[in-house]
Amino acid sequence: MRRLIYFVLAFIIWMLLTWQTSVQVIIAGLIASAIVSLLFHEILPAEHLVFISPVRMFWALVYVPVFFYYMIKANFDVVYRALHPKMPIKPGIVKIKTNLKTQSGITALANSITLTPGTLTVDLTDDGFLYIHWINVKSDDIEQATEFIAQRFEWFLKKIFE
Amino acid sequence: MTDFIGYTLVIIGILFDIFGCIGLVRFPDVYNRLQASTKCVTLGTILLLVGVAIVSASGPMAAKAIICAVFILLTSPTAAHAIAKGAYASGVQLWKDSVVDKYAEEERD
Repeated sequence: MRRLIYFVLAFIIWMLLTWQTSVQVIIAGLIASAIVSLLFHEILPAEHLVFISPVRMFWALVYVPVFFYYMIKANFDVVYRALHPKMPIKPGIVKIKTNLKTQSGITALANSITLTPGTLTVDLTDDGFLYIHWINVKSDDIEQATEFIAQRFEWFLKKIFE
Repeated sequence: MTDFIGYTLVIIGILFDIFGCIGLVRFPDVYNRLQASTKCVTLGTILLLVGVAIVSASGPMAAKAIICAVFILLTSPTAAHAIAKGAYASGVQLWKDSVVDKYAEEERD
């Protein structure tokens, strides 16, 4: 089942990349997708089937503009700090806690944190803590840092991934 | 009109890339530099690719540009985690004026 889903995904991407419908291209795509899906099917997260649900897809679509808003904000923040003559940075590594349980949810949270204002995920522990490099540390307390960094995404990611 | 929007996006994307590179040179340590490079270069490159997709309007070029944008969005933060963790593991120090380092306090035992 996993292999089949992976195979279909790989084949769709192949068709989009080549953008042709001649027989040779399709046969080559089928062979390549088959090899890839046989070798790398473990990459798909174990709980992948739950994503085929309209509610989750709806929240995923809502999450995209929210995420881009924070990402653009993050960029202006970094540009400001990079161009300011005095370079107003106050970096440090803080620890935050996440309530997300699934692997894919935590991955999405870590990636979202990295791409948004002044924060970069350095490491995560098995019991749900993340170490975040923060370019402008406002608080080194776990609770408060979590509120500043993770809260705005967790709500959405919980709806999408859990 | 679509050409105008597309080229504007390309120009904004290139500007973000340039600012990201300025940050890369100016910031003091690995971790701050990673911040500048991942954020600005990701957004800059995505805007550039979306601009290309809009200018070419349809067909293979647009599809490729969008697929590349999605892959960059997924891989660039992951690469940043790997570099940051690798740098920490191999003993790269934080900048001398860093205010806090929870990672060193709790991970070293």
